[in-house]
Amino acid sequence: MIIGQIKDGIVLDHITAGHGMDIYKILGLDKLDCTVAMIKNADSTKKGRKDIIKVGQVIDLDFDVLGYIDPGITVNIIQDGKLAKRQHLNLPERVRGIIRCKNPRCITSVEQELVHEFRLTDPEKKIYRCIYCEHEAPKTIE
Amino acid sequence: MNNLIDIMQMSTDELQELIDRAMDIIADPSKYAEACHGKKLATLFFEPSTRTRLSFEAAMYELGGNVIGFSEAASSSAAKGESVADTARTVGCYADIIAMRHPKEGAPLVASRKAGVPVINAGDGGHNHPTQTLADLLTIYREKGTFENLTVGLCGDLKFGRTVHSLICAMSRYPGVRFVLISPEELKVPRYLITDILEPANIPYEEVTSLEDAMPELDILYMTRVQRERFFNEADYLRLKDTYILTPEKLRSAKQSLSILHPLPRVNEISVAVDDDPRACYFKQVLNGKYMRMALILKLLEVNV
Repeated sequence: MIIGQIKDGIVLDHITAGHGMDIYKILGLDKLDCTVAMIKNADSTKKGRKDIIKVGQVIDLDFDVLGYIDPGITVNIIQDGKLAKRQHLNLPERVRGIIRCKNPRCITSVEQELVHEFRLTDPEKKIYRCIYCEHEAPKTIE
Repeated sequence: MNNLIDIMQMSTDELQELIDRAMDIIADPSKYAEACHGKKLATLFFEPSTRTRLSFEAAMYELGGNVIGFSEAASSSAAKGESVADTARTVGCYADIIAMRHPKEGAPLVASRKAGVPVINAGDGGHNHPTQTLADLLTIYREKGTFENLTVGLCGDLKFGRTVHSLICAMSRYPGVRFVLISPEELKVPRYLITDILEPANIPYEEVTSLEDAMPELDILYMTRVQRERFFNEADYLRLKDTYILTPEKLRSAKQSLSILHPLPRVNEISVAVDDDPRACYFKQVLNGKYMRMALILKLLEVNV
């Protein structure tokens, strides 16, 4: 399978195999007019298998969202067909508005306008806790 | 420190400063009788409470201040659907400091971000109750003279007992403290207290089910009530509510120096026959709570005496 190089845009590389579609949806890439390529299960020397997303224009990315979903992702910014910038992601200290607290006793369960916010409490186990009730964050994003 | 939402916001030095202030209030209350003259405390209690609300109100009156507020959600704008943030912002226009109790966890944190005046968490669901912990700590300090090298037994509902969670967090910062966590299987402490607080700091702890077996080694016994309002299922409450009842017979194997604490109200988990035992400290704890709330109000209002 051959997918051409892009002149100006973004390549999200080293996505954990199987996470590509989640990222595609969460970043709203389906709403873009430019070329977007989603490559699943590509060969990877580092990970065995990986997903890759190529976007045919430079868009604003929320690195906290990406880092939360998959901190192993490499973001490559391409300009004039060349690599202009490469960014490795980290787990963000805080995530806002990405995941929802599932604790029925949490204030966020009744006050709909509150932004759900979590802080990283255990980087090794990737555990985030709600800043309001300290409930552990769900492992999946809705 | 502008608010008190979680006891862990306070360093051990800040805690000691509050304890020193409370001890000074106890030694000479008249010195503080006008300390908060012209200041207003708003007690926003969205959930029933006798002890905590009256303690805050007594504390403010003894500092020469005034009190406004409500004691149940039905008599507040919450009944009309007002958000916690809007209530806090409104009350912040009337009062100099707010004490809030709310059944939902995190509500006082929401309030503290909007009120514009200091907010004290007076209990948020099963989550935190930092001023009860202040009362617990002053009681331990007055009884033992130290927080170090104590074996602390916590007994009863360790899952929903917010005072238990806050006390474990606060006491875990002192050297030589060991915890014995006594509860039925269904009411064990939440895992995060083990994985985030006790284990990373290598604090010794045991999880056991027998109060009698644990009794001889304890310096502090912190009894708790199984709280009906924390259960979604009445059958579970009824099954677990009488698991531990402290009686004079059970205290026979305890140290003479044991201090028995309870955040109150009790139902039947401490027999009234224990009340006259010199080791029973739970009514002293109530008084200590008022002194610590006085010290806290002074600190948050930055009143110097």
